[in-house]
Amino acid sequence: MSLINYASREINCKLVYYGPGLGGKTTNLEYIYEKVAPTAKGKLISLATETERTLFFDFLPVDLGTIRGFKTRFHLYTVPGQVYYNASRRLILKGVDGVIFVADSQIERTEANLESMQNLYDNMVQHGYDLTRMPFVIQYNKRDLPNAAPIAELQEALNPGWPVEDPARQRATLDPDRPGEYLVRQVDGTWVERVAYFEAVAVQGVGVFDTLRAISKRVLKALG
Amino acid sequence: MSGATTWSLGEGDARRINALLTGFLQEAGARTTLLIDRNGQMLAAAGEPPVFDQVAFASLTAADFSANDQLARMLGEAEFGALFHQGERESLYLADVARRVILVVLFDNRTTLGLVKLRVKRTLQELNLLFLELFARGNRDVRVEAGFVGEAEDEIDRLFGTL
Repeated sequence: MSLINYASREINCKLVYYGPGLGGKTTNLEYIYEKVAPTAKGKLISLATETERTLFFDFLPVDLGTIRGFKTRFHLYTVPGQVYYNASRRLILKGVDGVIFVADSQIERTEANLESMQNLYDNMVQHGYDLTRMPFVIQYNKRDLPNAAPIAELQEALNPGWPVEDPARQRATLDPDRPGEYLVRQVDGTWVERVAYFEAVAVQGVGVFDTLRAISKRVLKALG
Repeated sequence: MSGATTWSLGEGDARRINALLTGFLQEAGARTTLLIDRNGQMLAAAGEPPVFDQVAFASLTAADFSANDQLARMLGEAEFGALFHQGERESLYLADVARRVILVVLFDNRTTLGLVKLRVKRTLQELNLLFLELFARGNRDVRVEAGFVGEAEDEIDRLFGTL
């Protein structure tokens, strides 16, 4: 739920990093915190356990500056990935404007990725949100590891696409970030849409800002 | 259904809210009062300007309130309408407004919890009415002005593009 505050001339948008435990959500935020100019960021808050596992959430505000007289800010949140923290995860999704699913590319984490994606859909539905109709991107993290699954397999499992019902949107749409690949296309007579995806090695910062840039733009477009 | 609804707070709303909050502060002898939405965004503040990071404070307050909301449900309560955090010098009183906003009162030993609770009742009633009216106004079609998105995209490229 973006809030446009005409009194304080502020626009705030909420982005949530979702995904299985130890997939790299907090690492994304830590890298962003490290790299963004001090004037453009607030405090990084982590509600974590003694072993640095996210207990409730991490939070980082990033200021985009003043645009057309409005101070524009993104509130970046992560959720706890561990399965048994679902109550906390659901709370963090409340009022979300854009979702980044951080998948762990390792073959051994296939099941955990699928479970977390299903959990994301379920929690969004409980809030009354439709993930297929709002800003949503996927980040395939840990691409540097030798046991990383091929992108095609990850796409097939986590981003198979959903049917496009709206006739106005039933047209081939290229992925602006991947020449030659389509976000919306016809498969066996049915129009399907996939979300944009990004490959990342979050500990090295690879792909972190590509992902953030893509979701930020989608969220702002939804305001226009 | 798609994502969450965008809504807006106008200058007229802000003036009415500020008048209510300022009046309450004088009656209760509290230092500062803040209004924070349940998603963790600061809406308004009155009284002594807080010295802490307001953005972080708003996010943590919303999380605190949401977590307690769930605890209430586990006990079979519809909600905990108010929370109190007591410190040695500074204390916090938090109360629900229209199920979507949290009123936060910061106070020290110049007043008492009893007085804050006594004076906050009427303010909460008035804030409830104000926000119910504001939400009922229908903010579903709130949009930013033309040109905003393009400029914002340029700014995103400038800020994140080289990192």
